[in-house]
Amino acid sequence: MTMHTASQPMPDPRGHFGPFGGRYVAETLMPALLELEAAYGEARTQKSFQEEFHALLTEYAGRPTPLFHARRLSEACGGARIYLKREDLAHTGAHKINNTLGQVLLARYMGKRKVIAETGAGQHGVATATAAALFGMECKVFMGTEDVRRQAPNVRRMELLGAEVVPVASGTGTLKDAMNEAMRYWVGAVRDTFYVIGSVAGPHPYPMMVRDFQRVIGDEARCQILEREGRLPDVLVACVGGGSNAMGLFHPFLADPVAMIGVEAAGEGVSTGKHAATLGAGSVGVLHGSKSYVLQDEHGQIREAHSISAGLDYPGVGPEHAWLKESGRAAYVSVTDQEALDAFRRLAALEGIIPALESAHALAYAMVEAARRGPGEILIVNLSGRGDKDLGIIFRDGG
Amino acid sequence: MSRLREVFTELRRKGEGALVGFVTAGDPTPDRSLALIRSMFGAGLDILELGVPFSDPTADGPVIQRSSARALAQGMTLEKVLAMCREIRRFSRVPVVIFSYYNPILAVGPAAFYDQAVDAGADGVLVVDLPPEESREMLDAWKGNDLDLIRLVAPTTPTERMEAVTREASGFVYLVSMTGVTGSAGLDLTEVEATAGRLKQVTSLPVCVGFGISKAEHVAAVCRTADGAVVGSAFERLIEENLENENLPDLIAAYTRELKAATRRTSP
Repeated sequence: MTMHTASQPMPDPRGHFGPFGGRYVAETLMPALLELEAAYGEARTQKSFQEEFHALLTEYAGRPTPLFHARRLSEACGGARIYLKREDLAHTGAHKINNTLGQVLLARYMGKRKVIAETGAGQHGVATATAAALFGMECKVFMGTEDVRRQAPNVRRMELLGAEVVPVASGTGTLKDAMNEAMRYWVGAVRDTFYVIGSVAGPHPYPMMVRDFQRVIGDEARCQILEREGRLPDVLVACVGGGSNAMGLFHPFLADPVAMIGVEAAGEGVSTGKHAATLGAGSVGVLHGSKSYVLQDEHGQIREAHSISAGLDYPGVGPEHAWLKESGRAAYVSVTDQEALDAFRRLAALEGIIPALESAHALAYAMVEAARRGPGEILIVNLSGRGDKDLGIIFRDGG
Repeated sequence: MSRLREVFTELRRKGEGALVGFVTAGDPTPDRSLALIRSMFGAGLDILELGVPFSDPTADGPVIQRSSARALAQGMTLEKVLAMCREIRRFSRVPVVIFSYYNPILAVGPAAFYDQAVDAGADGVLVVDLPPEESREMLDAWKGNDLDLIRLVAPTTPTERMEAVTREASGFVYLVSMTGVTGSAGLDLTEVEATAGRLKQVTSLPVCVGFGISKAEHVAAVCRTADGAVVGSAFERLIEENLENENLPDLIAAYTRELKAATRRTSP
């Protein structure tokens, strides 16, 4: 098992995680990315910036989120003790707020008054609109037309928060297309606009920066489990679309003897071709500004992803996950739409918690993994978001 | 001497700017695409940028997005674009620059791509999302110097960076006229002049200006401060508006002729 140590800081100065990451963008954006990298480099070491960020996480986002021992669920699985990291209890109902507070704070630091974002499930869009409202900034959110349809409540929320939701009809009208359009808009507005990317994807410094803003999840979980159990967990489980909640949980444990499992969306089944298992069934390519695994055909054209969960419906994945896979530090598996739906219902019935469909993927695999392990073992699942937004899908897709 | 260099030397001698035309290879169909290119050459096009369609063209506006989608629906691939280039070589010596996003090149492999492109008679390559920082993988895989590397410079590019961007470039430098995607409106000639001026201080390569150029008067104005003008979305718009029109090759020829006439400076 390859350990990440302090002597190998990741990424390298140009944003590479081993052979992955980097900056693959048109020249118009390069100066903006270099400026962003320099500004973030300053801000991340600045005490006042970090203090303000952490004060916002505490007073505004409601952190720390609890680490909850799911006793009934653990019992039903008959194995390891399952703990849930309750990111669903953070303000706006998902972990996304951690990152958007950080980035909007950085936008203010850089003197930019306009922010844009892409969104899939709408959680990142809502979190960006929220942070923009808090700082009195103008906000535009790009969202695929298919996602506008399946995540209607989040569209209303963004509008209430004062953001303009821009529907994107190109391609499949999902997260990938929303990100294409946000990048196009940014090319034209780059001088006064800050692009708030929602995952550990995109060109450097985004994968590193989003990871840093999200690592609070793992930092808290590590303290909480040590306090509670007096030892580290045996395994961490989190869902992976772009991979921000998983990276947030995993990163502080990289040097620890803790197993890590990322769960991708298998959609209707990996063998059907209708899935979003980028790490599991994709290959190395360049999409949205970085080199990582992508779903593509033999000619380098990006394939459509499929998942019941809009937040996982993405044919790319963050480059650091590609590196964790390649180095063997983390394992990546996948779970079908149906398995996620079953886990969604199971958690509601057993623990009184309605998870986001994204998080239900992690949960579905965690239940299998827990059953394989003994009662002396500890498993932490990142419950990255709440499921209210998904009720429409649940009641449409089979009562 | 590379064919691109020859063309610029010859144009300079004649006191003309270069007319560089972009079309997506295979739009609307591979055969018709080739016929259009033939028309453009017949009407005086100096350099062809042959676009490799890509599923996620993040630097392109709606017109080229749609042309890319039409070409992909026709089954175009990078290999087929190079086959088309080989076909072009049977009837013309006009330089061809392969214009692509990086992922299709990565899928073929940068070394194989170089061999195939040279073999097909391509003169240069422009990879829109491959800045100098990420170019080593591709350039180190190239086994010779038979392909010119065309690089993009934007109005946002600081002068020191222009130097780094143009260091390994050859053939010409593509100056993006504005911050925006292809096909954007609002050509700002004052900004173009300022950026071109900065660029000319760091490189002796010919400079061609693109983005937002659709009219003869734009071409004429740009050719007063630069070595050439690139027209892309405007050609693609003409194609899109005449998908069913049998006279499309004539329309393209007439438009090319009008633009080419505007590159002839009255006082060189």
